[in-house]
Amino acid sequence: MITEEATETAPAPVRDEPEPPRPAKRRRSWDEVPRRHIYLPLSIYLVFTLIPFYWILLFALRPAGSTSLVPWPITFDHFEKVWTERAFGTYFENSVYVGLATLVMTTLVALAGGYALARFDFKVKNAFMLALLCSQFVPGALLLVPLFEIFAELKMINSLGSVIIAETVFQLPLSMILISNFIKNVPYSLEEAAWVDGCNRMTAFRIVVLPLLRPGLIAVGSFAFVHSWNHFLFALMFLNNQDKQTIPVGLNTLMSADSVDLGALAAGGIIAAVPVVIVFAFIQKWLITGFSAGAVKG
Amino acid sequence: MAQAAAVAKPPAPPRRRRRASATPRRLPYLLIAPAALLMLGFIAYPVISVFYYSLQNYNPTKPWRNGYAGFDNFVQIFTKDPQFWDTLTFSAKWVFVEVGLQLLFGLALALIVNQTFVGRAVGRALVFSPWAVSGVLTSAIWVLLYNSQTGVTRYLADMGIGSYGTSWLSDTSTVFSAAVVADLWRGVPFFAILILADLQSVSKDLYEAAEVDGASRIKQFWHITLPHLKDAIILSTLLRAVWEFNNVDLLYTLTGGGPAGETTTLPLYIANTSVDAHNFGYASALTTVAFVILLFCSMVYLRLSKFGGGSK
Repeated sequence: MITEEATETAPAPVRDEPEPPRPAKRRRSWDEVPRRHIYLPLSIYLVFTLIPFYWILLFALRPAGSTSLVPWPITFDHFEKVWTERAFGTYFENSVYVGLATLVMTTLVALAGGYALARFDFKVKNAFMLALLCSQFVPGALLLVPLFEIFAELKMINSLGSVIIAETVFQLPLSMILISNFIKNVPYSLEEAAWVDGCNRMTAFRIVVLPLLRPGLIAVGSFAFVHSWNHFLFALMFLNNQDKQTIPVGLNTLMSADSVDLGALAAGGIIAAVPVVIVFAFIQKWLITGFSAGAVKG
Repeated sequence: MAQAAAVAKPPAPPRRRRRASATPRRLPYLLIAPAALLMLGFIAYPVISVFYYSLQNYNPTKPWRNGYAGFDNFVQIFTKDPQFWDTLTFSAKWVFVEVGLQLLFGLALALIVNQTFVGRAVGRALVFSPWAVSGVLTSAIWVLLYNSQTGVTRYLADMGIGSYGTSWLSDTSTVFSAAVVADLWRGVPFFAILILADLQSVSKDLYEAAEVDGASRIKQFWHITLPHLKDAIILSTLLRAVWEFNNVDLLYTLTGGGPAGETTTLPLYIANTSVDAHNFGYASALTTVAFVILLFCSMVYLRLSKFGGGSK
């Protein structure tokens, strides 16, 4: 019985796919925008979106000095060079480590806090919500100096832990608001029913609520991963040793060299993009429903 | 927990149920404690220390001058620091242009990919894809595109558009548009995604009713779609404006604030003041001013746009 209701009340149903294919005849007239009003602007915009991607592929794959507009003959020299000589192999490892740790910490902490916000009334709740909203206005970039001093005090400069904590903290407010909204979409009665069946609160949450939160958690987790993977300033400030730095810092180093090695820069950029593109392809269908269930409707 | 276990026996009297669901009073506090501690330590405390330092002369490289400064830093900002006004003006211009254009294109894009057409899923994935790209990577890509020898501009020059030899990023007359376009490339999908999400909840009956009344599609847009999107648009423009104001990744790596300080935003100026010049006290005062301006503008914006008015 629980499972039946469960599927009906999933917090973020996948609504991205077109509605069940309706026969062409029944298509309402407001749906019938002339095709050229769709395809023409869309194609123009796609050209704008895709040329930069093509350009970076082109530079990464064609030999240095070539001015050909097709990457032929293909060479992987730039990738080899960037991966070993420019230490992108190390950066990649560090970035993966930071990204995954941020993902896990953000999701766990936000899940606990989100559950409290969704299910309980307690004294400081409103103040806490206000603090979450206000923190959206606090620019991480402007807190670099005090944050640096805190991490220096904690002896965490040059340790990935500093970046992981900083990324997590700035991801938390939005993640917590999103997760609490996802939890609110799961009827409390489901949990109560599980208590009657003999579960304690923790087990009831694990068995009943958690499976329904999966899409939402995937969205929040990937968001945290992508964000910390991409973010640059904290790593730039808190990590000085080259063997501790992350991919965006490596890219910046390539860019600020006196004579920029464009092939290496392009190859480094592609290394930076691959994990994010994979995550993006994976969460794309949850992104839209995730936002409409969580953020904007709040 | 023990109570819950006791309930396990099958013929549980109905009264027990209320007791099992009764909230242990400390549980919510335990649950928010990790988040609250992290935010207190790494957001609240730094914010307070910025306020504190803004009233100090504090420069690790000139320790003999450190000490209480009163409002000296603020007086200097408002009366003797042309760079503050320059960078503030540029920040305002940057935020206004970026948010305006991103909203415009994002809205148009969302309306297009909300239609039903062949290839919609692929189309959506492709137009949204730059959303996931970082500021630094965006810079890297556009550095390749704007490069004067091998960039797109060189091929445009081949066709007679523009001239050889100068990168759009090093020419003061083109650098603003060049940076705006690069940031648009990454920023438009953000609006498109949020607006598309909100479009999912417009009731189709409204359109059908409007259709029956013979309202044109443009009228339907003005009278049904736009009012429905109002709150989402206000909220996303506000969040985005704050984000565009604060974010330094792109401009820092793309132009470094140059050429000739032409693209230095206030946060970039602050970063330079604290990181390069080590003038922490003055940078803290600048941060405080930026923070107050941001908060004030946000409140005015929410008030003027009557956020949430009518619909809730």
